Amino acid sequence: MSSRALRQPLSLRLTSNIFLALWCLIAAFPIFWIVVMSFKSPVDAFDSNALNVIFGPATLGVGKGLSLLDIILGVAVIWATIVIAKKTLPPMVKSYSKPGQEWFGWVIGVLVVLVGFLVVFFVVLPAVLSVLNPWFGPLGRDVLGLTTEHYKTVWIDRGFSNNFKNSLIVTTGVVTVSLTVGTLAGYGLARSGSTLAFWILIVALVFRALPHSVLVAGYLPVFINSAEWLAPILGDNAPTLYGKPFAVIAVLVAINQPFTIWMLRSFFQNIPAELDEAARVDGCSHFQAFRRVIMPVMWPGVITTGLFSFLLAYNDFLVTALLLDAQNQTMVPAIVGMFNRETTTTDQVVAVAAAVSITAPLIFLVLIFQRQIVSGLTAGAVKG
Amino acid sequence: MNFRTFAAFVGPSVFMMLLFIAFPLVSVFQQSFYVTQPIYETVEKETCTPGFVTQTCVTEQVSQPKLDEHGEIITQTQYVGLQSYRNVLEPERAWRAISDGSWNVLSTINFWKALRFTLTFTLITLPLVVGCGLGIAILINNAARSIRGPVIFISLLPFIITPVIGVLSINWLFRGDGILTAMMEWWLNRDIALFAQAWTIEVLMMIYRVWHVAPFAAIIFYAGLQTVNQDSLESAVIDGATRWQRLKYIVIPHLMPLIIFVSMIHLMDSYRVFEEIVGFSSQGYVISLQWLTFDYLTPDQAGNRSISRASANSMLTMIGVVILLILPLRRTWRDHKGGH
Repeated sequence: MSSRALRQPLSLRLTSNIFLALWCLIAAFPIFWIVVMSFKSPVDAFDSNALNVIFGPATLGVGKGLSLLDIILGVAVIWATIVIAKKTLPPMVKSYSKPGQEWFGWVIGVLVVLVGFLVVFFVVLPAVLSVLNPWFGPLGRDVLGLTTEHYKTVWIDRGFSNNFKNSLIVTTGVVTVSLTVGTLAGYGLARSGSTLAFWILIVALVFRALPHSVLVAGYLPVFINSAEWLAPILGDNAPTLYGKPFAVIAVLVAINQPFTIWMLRSFFQNIPAELDEAARVDGCSHFQAFRRVIMPVMWPGVITTGLFSFLLAYNDFLVTALLLDAQNQTMVPAIVGMFNRETTTTDQVVAVAAAVSITAPLIFLVLIFQRQIVSGLTAGAVKG
Repeated sequence: MNFRTFAAFVGPSVFMMLLFIAFPLVSVFQQSFYVTQPIYETVEKETCTPGFVTQTCVTEQVSQPKLDEHGEIITQTQYVGLQSYRNVLEPERAWRAISDGSWNVLSTINFWKALRFTLTFTLITLPLVVGCGLGIAILINNAARSIRGPVIFISLLPFIITPVIGVLSINWLFRGDGILTAMMEWWLNRDIALFAQAWTIEVLMMIYRVWHVAPFAAIIFYAGLQTVNQDSLESAVIDGATRWQRLKYIVIPHLMPLIIFVSMIHLMDSYRVFEEIVGFSSQGYVISLQWLTFDYLTPDQAGNRSISRASANSMLTMIGVVILLILPLRRTWRDHKGGH
């Protein structure tokens, strides 16, 4: 690139790009495929012919499908939304929000765009198209089988929204608590070069390697019998910790803590120590220095670490499956239950739709926070 | 920073780790020597079936759990020493199997079966992850700047996806006449059942794991590639080094610390292999150490969890973690001492 000596011959560049395209295909294909499957009738979704899965003749047969016109207008709406979000939204947020409170403007702006998109895409567009389709002859005829009934089954009939709510509670709790506790510890560890700090980090590293099932084996008997041994302290209304979301939050925070403090420590080490020393010279205590000088500049690192805490809590299967009872079940154990229990293909496609529902937020997360995730991965590696 | 301030900052975190990681470890260690069981009593029970003229009555000895006044089962906890470990390891049978050299008998014991799979899985995926990661990183680094962003976005997807869902999505491609199985059948012109024997399931699990972890390795190596010294690369070209030699003598030594880091993380994570077993529902054929603990902890049909066996199995799993960590910890310790 920069120098002539390192320039590569065309054939090499071509081969390299072909392999890169192949990798992208491998990386995205399974995810793309479950998205496609989730919109088809069971016969199509599990057809051994790939083309049948994509075009869905059986789904078309029962009258569920999209015409060319539907596809064109749908893509247009999505494209318009992306353009608005990228080009129009930032200046509007800047001009309407007070300086210093721009994040609030962003929240409102994103919400407005999101709601607008949902209304146009799912309410206005189908109404308009049902009028337009008969007028356009061949353009208006259904060509691509597509049905959203599995999503309706999952979210409305199977009560997946309840699992979603539980996941939301657990992840929010884990992210908030583990960041609060971890930020303080990470700062303390980064600024202290003592042997004790070193040993805490080493022990944390050992804890990170522990299989989670080992820890759960330790919690289970204690949690199940907790009403008994908590009774002397809390009296008769001592809670049974088993099955309670807050107990799972505490457990996940602790499991996540070793990783969190390592990562935040490496971020705090990148903030020059002169900053808080200057504040100390001006008469601040350590806590005041932390609050007034470090807190305003620490957010990039904290957001990145928060993303990884979110992933841990959101993706966890083992801890939530063993420690939560049926009515507090989160999404991932719920879907494993669906997948293992049911054998008809209809039920399998419903499980696929549930899987896509779980994955969609993650894809948006990468879309928005790609830079932070990459920087988080590399920060841990360079220091670790 | 004096000790008091340091303790105030670090205290909450250390407290949580002690309460929820260190304490459970101690209690697991203790539990592995005790067994909690319902107390059984033998009762004479007369069961009568109505018959003509006289009833037929049978008296038999039935053993049933003792109940307390609330109608709940009374349990007692008993010190059993190493019995739980013996139950998990089955040393006599295992030893006989080893001395006979018959692998099939050994693999009927869950623990050894799980250990065998966990180790093979870890050791086979390790070089594949490092190799694929390095390859993808070099490919991304070769690509035009404008497409790197989208490529990294796509690469992150397998890494970020919920592991259980990732496994399921691979599973659905192959299960029954899934499209990829159908494609292989068409290509090889024979019938293929991928979920009917252990080794094909293991291969699928490894494919999944490499697919899932290679992006992580790739992104770290890609960051490392940005800092390779361009001057030494150029002088190598002038000295007549081929591409392969440049990769071998300049790039890989430069990336070595990152390769060690990725290998460490991968060893820790793949030793805990678990989601693959759940997602492929392969417990009939392939199990792993962590899955075994999970299985002991899941209530059986009578609602009992074999906590004691789970604890013994956990402690045995821990031995592996310790062995895994000795080398890197010694290195960190030396670095720490050297740094002062």
